[in-house]
Amino acid sequence: MTVFIQGAIRQAMPLLFGATGEILTEKSGNLNLGIPGIMYVGAIGGVIGATLYERAVTSAGIVPIMAVMVTMLSAMLASLLMGLIYSFLVITLRANQNVTGLALTTFGIGIGNFFGGSLNKLLGAESASISLGNISKYFKMTPPFADNLGWFGEWFFSYGFLTYLGIIIAIIAGYVLSHTRVGLHLRAVGENPATADAAGINVVKYKYFATCIGSVIAGLGGVYYIFEYTASWSNNGFGDRGWLAIALVIFALWKPGIGIVGSLIFGALYMLGITTVGISRTTKVVYEMLPYLATIVILIITSIRNKKENHPPASLGLSYFREER
Amino acid sequence: MNEVKTEKKREPLFHIVKRNAIPFWKSWLFRVVAIVAAVVVCSVVTVIMTDLNPISVWDAMFKGSFKNEMKTWWMLRELALLLGVSLAVTPAFKMRFWNCGAEGQVLMGALCSYATIMFCGDKMSYVPLMIVTLVAALLGAAIWGVIPAIFFAFFKTNETLFTLMMNYVAKGLITFCVIFFAWENVYGSGKVNFISTGILPMVYNNEFLIILIIAIMTLFMYIYLNYTKQGYEISVVGESENTANYIGINVKKVVIRTMLISGAICGIVGFLLVTGRDYVVSPESAAGRGFTAIMVSWLAKFNPIFMILTSFLVVFFQFGTEEITKAFGLNEYFSDILIGIVILFIIGSEFFINYRLKFRKGAKEVE
Amino acid sequence: MQNTYAIELKNISKRFGTVLANNNVNLSVKRGEIMAILGENGSGKTTLMNMISGIYYPDEGQIFVDGKEVSIASPKDAFKYNIGMIHQHFKLVDVFSATENIVLGVKDEGKYNKKTGRRKVVEISQKYGFDISPDKKIYEMSVSEKQTVEIIKVLYRGADILILDEPTAVLTPQEIEKLFAVLRRMRDDGKSIIIITHKMNEVLSLSDRVAVLRKGEHIATVETANTSVAELTELMVGKKISLNINRTEPHDTSDRLVVSNITLQNSEGVRILDDVSFTAKSGEILGIAGIAGSGQKELLESIAGLQTLTKGEILYHSPEGEIFNLRKRTPEQIRELGVRLSFVPEDRLGMGLVGNMDIVDNMMLRSYKKGHSIFLNRATPKKLAETIVEELEVATPDIKTPVRKLSGGNVQKVLVGREIASKPKVLMAAYPVRGLDINSSYVIYNLLNEQKEKGVAVVFVGEDLDVLLELCDRIIVIASGKITGCLDARKTTKEEVGLLMTQNKRG
Repeated sequence: MTVFIQGAIRQAMPLLFGATGEILTEKSGNLNLGIPGIMYVGAIGGVIGATLYERAVTSAGIVPIMAVMVTMLSAMLASLLMGLIYSFLVITLRANQNVTGLALTTFGIGIGNFFGGSLNKLLGAESASISLGNISKYFKMTPPFADNLGWFGEWFFSYGFLTYLGIIIAIIAGYVLSHTRVGLHLRAVGENPATADAAGINVVKYKYFATCIGSVIAGLGGVYYIFEYTASWSNNGFGDRGWLAIALVIFALWKPGIGIVGSLIFGALYMLGITTVGISRTTKVVYEMLPYLATIVILIITSIRNKKENHPPASLGLSYFREER
Repeated sequence: MNEVKTEKKREPLFHIVKRNAIPFWKSWLFRVVAIVAAVVVCSVVTVIMTDLNPISVWDAMFKGSFKNEMKTWWMLRELALLLGVSLAVTPAFKMRFWNCGAEGQVLMGALCSYATIMFCGDKMSYVPLMIVTLVAALLGAAIWGVIPAIFFAFFKTNETLFTLMMNYVAKGLITFCVIFFAWENVYGSGKVNFISTGILPMVYNNEFLIILIIAIMTLFMYIYLNYTKQGYEISVVGESENTANYIGINVKKVVIRTMLISGAICGIVGFLLVTGRDYVVSPESAAGRGFTAIMVSWLAKFNPIFMILTSFLVVFFQFGTEEITKAFGLNEYFSDILIGIVILFIIGSEFFINYRLKFRKGAKEVE
Repeated sequence: MQNTYAIELKNISKRFGTVLANNNVNLSVKRGEIMAILGENGSGKTTLMNMISGIYYPDEGQIFVDGKEVSIASPKDAFKYNIGMIHQHFKLVDVFSATENIVLGVKDEGKYNKKTGRRKVVEISQKYGFDISPDKKIYEMSVSEKQTVEIIKVLYRGADILILDEPTAVLTPQEIEKLFAVLRRMRDDGKSIIIITHKMNEVLSLSDRVAVLRKGEHIATVETANTSVAELTELMVGKKISLNINRTEPHDTSDRLVVSNITLQNSEGVRILDDVSFTAKSGEILGIAGIAGSGQKELLESIAGLQTLTKGEILYHSPEGEIFNLRKRTPEQIRELGVRLSFVPEDRLGMGLVGNMDIVDNMMLRSYKKGHSIFLNRATPKKLAETIVEELEVATPDIKTPVRKLSGGNVQKVLVGREIASKPKVLMAAYPVRGLDINSSYVIYNLLNEQKEKGVAVVFVGEDLDVLLELCDRIIVIASGKITGCLDARKTTKEEVGLLMTQNKRG
């Protein structure tokens, strides 16, 4: 049971980061299909930062807090750049969102796998695979009091700080969206940019900020996967989790709070396929397919029930152009 | 009413005006400039990352597609397959239906082809087998395409997200079938048996027939979109649903019919992949072509003839960077970076084709 | 404060391209006053108000608020001077509650708090007697409730000069009464209210003073107490201007289209068309007069098979004597019956034509289905396009030019040309000369007259009364979805038509 819960939570976290980031982005009316690529870039950004830091100080001289900071910051910077590219093309140059997003995913996955596969070679090292053990152990550090809490500690406190950060970010995002003026304005921008504009809200600014912050959050999902989950890079190891994160956005009805629950459900389904004893391989596949099927079902139900709160933001996918008067 | 506000203070430096028209040559000039700029950026990136002389890199790039006859044939086959998927998504896009599910539709075509051959291969003679296989592929992919279309037509279910999700269901379905029908050569090995029958006949060489089929399809699609009544209806629905209603076009019917066609063409590509290239099915059979096709089709402004050019551009970079990878010991994913850069530049150039920057009164106008 | 006006406009002019929308307009509104602005469509009322609310900036003239000259360049500036406008098209976010929409974009002191926002909304509602549920979502609201939200939104931002653009056009009589009660309370509270309207009875019952605009010019401002419907109508429509449209006597007329008792409801149950009956005869031009938005568009669309009627019949009498009921038939089915019905819709590029297609492809819209071939026949439409371009003198580089690049008059020639080319028996045209220059307008009048000569039943929806009086044979007047009169165009007067147009008989 413990293994199952831990596994489910570890599987859930990258999705949660990705989904929270994408929710913020979509709330501003941008359907960023570049999220899968951005998560790769965030991950590789962290890897590059960590590797460079480790080489600079040699493994003996690693200061944990610095190592973590450098990794996180370089990951955030990398994904921020991706967010800026997307924002510039889509918001300023009004490019087609689907095409831009998909191109960015191609680009991002390319960057991730390219550097992941040849970073050491580029740096002139002998071995081709990247070992991140020296730094990832700091990401895996669990709260100190966890050991004294028995099963409770193992279930809830046997994770690195990013796990808690992911949940906190989701909660904050949910709070900001529904309880603050900024959130109100952001939702207005995504629903009806013309109205928001008329009300004196700077539509372009909100779209840029939401998209870039969303990208940074999604990028952290990549960092989580590499540093807390696998501790090494393998090409395409991150798999389709980026798309699953986009599915989770729909599943969560664009609400980060439900996103937390949804990510756990998705994670649990994945773990169910791995940990259940005597499960057939076909059943495992079915479990892996279920998140997508559930998402489709939810998409259909919400469109048929026509309850507008559960619909995608009304201007999702459309660029806003205030006609000159 | 493109009037400038006569407000004295706070006037922006320039404002953006939608272009009325742009001469054909000019729009292509913008695109060419974008590609050239992208190539420059690509060169810089390559040099920084590899410390190589850019000329030798571009030399290798060309060799990727034109080193020898075989390479060129392979390149053309790849071009054809990508073009095939692009042809499939185009009618949907023209109708403003964002079919992001070509990947899944191709996979369903491939799965149905493979399954038919596995089940009927030893029970039928060659010609009927090929016909049945093709029909199965068409049906499977068309059904996969039409499901989101039906919900879109009747409930306005978001088609981008729906089709996107269908891709992953298709992937899962393939994995499921491989295990369930025991198609692996050793159970649990993950290695799927190659088909031994139902292989596309060899005409001249292994690649030619595929290229020929897609070439014919390109011509057909061009004619379909521009010279048939159905193609005309697609354009009207895409341009204005109001007009479509006004002249009595049944919009729902057009949406569903078009997605049936879009899916079916994906089915053909899936069929060609299994019977003429891979001889096997896997969740990676479509290899991202469904997504790349969206960019190819969009970059070509949904014109099937231009799509030959845009898909060549993409495939050229794919093959070229593969060659670079091999020649200089780089990583195969380098091509994705370069393709990404080129496409992002072209996407950016569209802005200057559609809009014009108008500087403040007195200042010059930038075309 | 006694002597200064809340807002004063001096010599305001505004031009759009070559069209003079406002010419040298003077207007002043006091505190605690309701000022009605009266005028026909296109008289420049909304343009004038948009200049006060910061949507347009005047080309010439000055605006004074409380005696001080101000420059209003954006809606934000307007708010700064406590001016708020309630537009005809509401700017609300559908999935937000009333409160959320009201507080949107307002930068209050301190932290955002749903409760304080809600409390303020309730306070304002109670003060002026608005009937509103602050937590109700916009998409669950009726038009009247949405309008209330817009008004509170403006008040929440501290407006004391309120401009309402035809606020009653979409309301039921009971809702109008409620709105007027609220407006009177606001006036008594010292606010200045400007209301744009067409309806005479509302002007008389609500306003303190009336300003009349005609063709962009300010004609007069009168005290409501000292005026009459007759005087206002005369001020509004002006003297009759002769246009010299060549009108012939109809001959061999017979019933072609008999519309009886049709009723159309919108999704909220409001009757857009209310028991409408009339007959269009062959060889005659039937004019439909009315304030814009009185149901003309829906009436024509109902006949063309684009609306779902709740009641009534639309009978087509073919020249051969057959009778078909067009109700519950789609445009395609109507065509299949062999009913030759042409329709020039109001929205030329959004409905009648496809802007991005060239003239040839637009010619095909009506006829592309003909024949059994799966291929398009472009030869016939191409010939047609050439004929139309030549005969109607359409100014275009060639027939391969997308129609959106043509000027308004040429777009309309293409559209009308196509509709006439199908040799209709009934030709309906909605505002066919709107936005057209004089020459193009006469081309259209002549085309309509030619059709009439050929025995076509022409239905002409217009807004310029002079044109209606000189072009048509009979005129029916529609007001708030009801037919208020049927007149002989040769005998009636502008005043008579104007009176019927402004009659508000709904309820």
